[in-house]
Amino acid sequence: MKAKIVVGHLYPDYLNIYADRGNIAVLERRAAWRGIDFDYRTVGLGEPLRAGEHDLYYVGGGQDREQALIAPDLVSKGEVLREEVAQGVTFLAVCGGYQLLGRFYRDRSGAELPGIGLLPHHTIAGDRRMIGDVLLECELEPGDRRTLAGFENHAGRTYLDEDAEPVGRVLAGFGNNGEDGFEGSRMGGAIGTYLHGPLLPRNPWLADWLIAKALARRLGETPELDELPDDFESSAQQVSAERARSRGGRF
Amino acid sequence: MRLQLEIALARAAGRLSRLAGRGGGTTIPGKILATLDPDAVGTLARRLPQGSALISATNGKTTTAAIVAEILGDRVRLAHNRAGANLVSGVASALLAAPDAELGLFEVDEGAFPDVAGRVRPQAVSLGNLFRDQLDRYGELELVAERWRSALAELDPAAGVIVNADDPLLADISRGRANVVRFGLDDPRVALERLPHAADSKYCRVCGAPYVYRAAYVGHLGDFACPNGHDRRPPLDVTAREIELGGLESVSFEFVSPEGARRLSLALPGLYNVYNALAAASLATVLGASLDEVEAGFATFRAAFGRFERIPAGDKTVLLLLIKNPAGANEVVRTIVADGGPRLALIALNDNIADGRDVSWIWDVDFEPLAAGLDQLVVTGGRAHELALRFKYGGVPAERIEVVPDLERALDRGLDLTASGEELVVLPTYTAMLALRRIAADRGLVRPYWEEAA
Repeated sequence: MKAKIVVGHLYPDYLNIYADRGNIAVLERRAAWRGIDFDYRTVGLGEPLRAGEHDLYYVGGGQDREQALIAPDLVSKGEVLREEVAQGVTFLAVCGGYQLLGRFYRDRSGAELPGIGLLPHHTIAGDRRMIGDVLLECELEPGDRRTLAGFENHAGRTYLDEDAEPVGRVLAGFGNNGEDGFEGSRMGGAIGTYLHGPLLPRNPWLADWLIAKALARRLGETPELDELPDDFESSAQQVSAERARSRGGRF
Repeated sequence: MRLQLEIALARAAGRLSRLAGRGGGTTIPGKILATLDPDAVGTLARRLPQGSALISATNGKTTTAAIVAEILGDRVRLAHNRAGANLVSGVASALLAAPDAELGLFEVDEGAFPDVAGRVRPQAVSLGNLFRDQLDRYGELELVAERWRSALAELDPAAGVIVNADDPLLADISRGRANVVRFGLDDPRVALERLPHAADSKYCRVCGAPYVYRAAYVGHLGDFACPNGHDRRPPLDVTAREIELGGLESVSFEFVSPEGARRLSLALPGLYNVYNALAAASLATVLGASLDEVEAGFATFRAAFGRFERIPAGDKTVLLLLIKNPAGANEVVRTIVADGGPRLALIALNDNIADGRDVSWIWDVDFEPLAAGLDQLVVTGGRAHELALRFKYGGVPAERIEVVPDLERALDRGLDLTASGEELVVLPTYTAMLALRRIAADRGLVRPYWEEAA
């Protein structure tokens, strides 16, 4: 039987501000180049969501206005999404989507936008935006150290619960809040991060990690994916990492 | 007396900057003046006997201002920042460079518009469009629009406001104001089949429902209406009808205004330039130009540097088309593909402050129609590899993509691959465009931009 992953992209019409479709293109091509069927579906505002139909979810970022428009609908899907992740479904949430996976986002006026509590964090709007190139060191699999290079642009400062696991340690740039030296939030196969750029083209190892995790749920074990020629990808990562080292933001 | 001394110092610095080969000195005199005396810009602007007009937009500022200058150039002496230095310092430099000017004509950066408007106190402003652009620098569109709304409220109530009513955000911020000229397109034959991926401002300002478009023309610009009846495109004062797109060479359309109707043509390609033409004709009219003068200005107009510029290189030609954000780049792609589309292209991506440090926008551009026709692609600039990835994941086989980060070497490589008598299509971001023009100027192929502007 041909390998297959079903991807559910949440609110692509509303949350797409930082070229989120680049992340989808990378997942799709890297699956196709390996002969894996990539079944891409969108999940829009007011559309029903049933457990068990997707292997991987994606949610991107939007302007404040668009995030406020979709937040109540996302809350109505929260129970299904939490259950899915508990069952081993993979999830990538970037920027605004990352914030909404936490418990809440509190804006400058003190008003709270509810999140879905899928990841153990909350976000509070700060005075200054955190904008610039970022470089992280990650160890998503024990003993396998990797770097992620991206760009961040957020006013929200995200604080993880004490026992929560970040995506990585900040080598250059602000990260979650510009204070504690960590970036992102990770629980099992669910990854939330501020890094765009978009994230996956210049960090193909993470795309492959997500694809492998999504396949593992169907196959019962994590498959070995074929190597792909990643010359452009490696060079782009080096340039991006160099930018973060030379001009990444910090308070 | 003190202002005179400051002006002399600032002018001397501009000459030094040119002598030192550091560019045209288009911002340095203004920077010095603004530092010496923050009120000087306003003081100088208020001395202009006919006042000032400001032009702002995400896309089309330089072109719109250049068309207005062509229309008005014979009847009035202008202070005009035509080299595109569009912050307070650039406006100050233009004022310094034209001591006998009668009218100020300034393109203004969308982020700097409220500050410049507050200092210059313009008698007319033209607001062309707001698209997502350099989010690392400007922030979200809604924030820019709210700052513009406040700036409009601060203007002299008698000031003329020319606004693109096909942009829902701009239609909204100009609502309820007197002396507004609303322009837009009225020709569904040239509309898009659907909204492009990177369309912004596409939800009702009141209820959040997606707008229904009777016709979408460029990005989210078009004849929009809320399906729940909260909002719709306001009635237009100035429109373009019967639009004819003449490939890479020209556009023509029926210009319909309170002053009358007339067929106009312009030596610029693409539907986006019809918007620039409407903005320019409307502003020129508010500033006193007749329909005859508008028509004459259009007839003699040639593109602003780097926006659509052919540079001869031996028996070949370089065609420079500036790209700087998804909406603008989409229109460049649409225009060159409608003309048949090249088999070879050179694309340049820098990430300096003026380009935007965040290069993610290239993934929001619909490059696919261009990519589909390419046999070969040369990518260059500081972030050349990101472009390589954009096209690789956009369906161009990696072996057809050549990465040459150095701009000069890439230009030579592109020309090597171009057959005699053929044209090399080059799509650079802003600082890459300036650098490529500098290379062409060093080779004697083109005049430097500050001389072009003089």
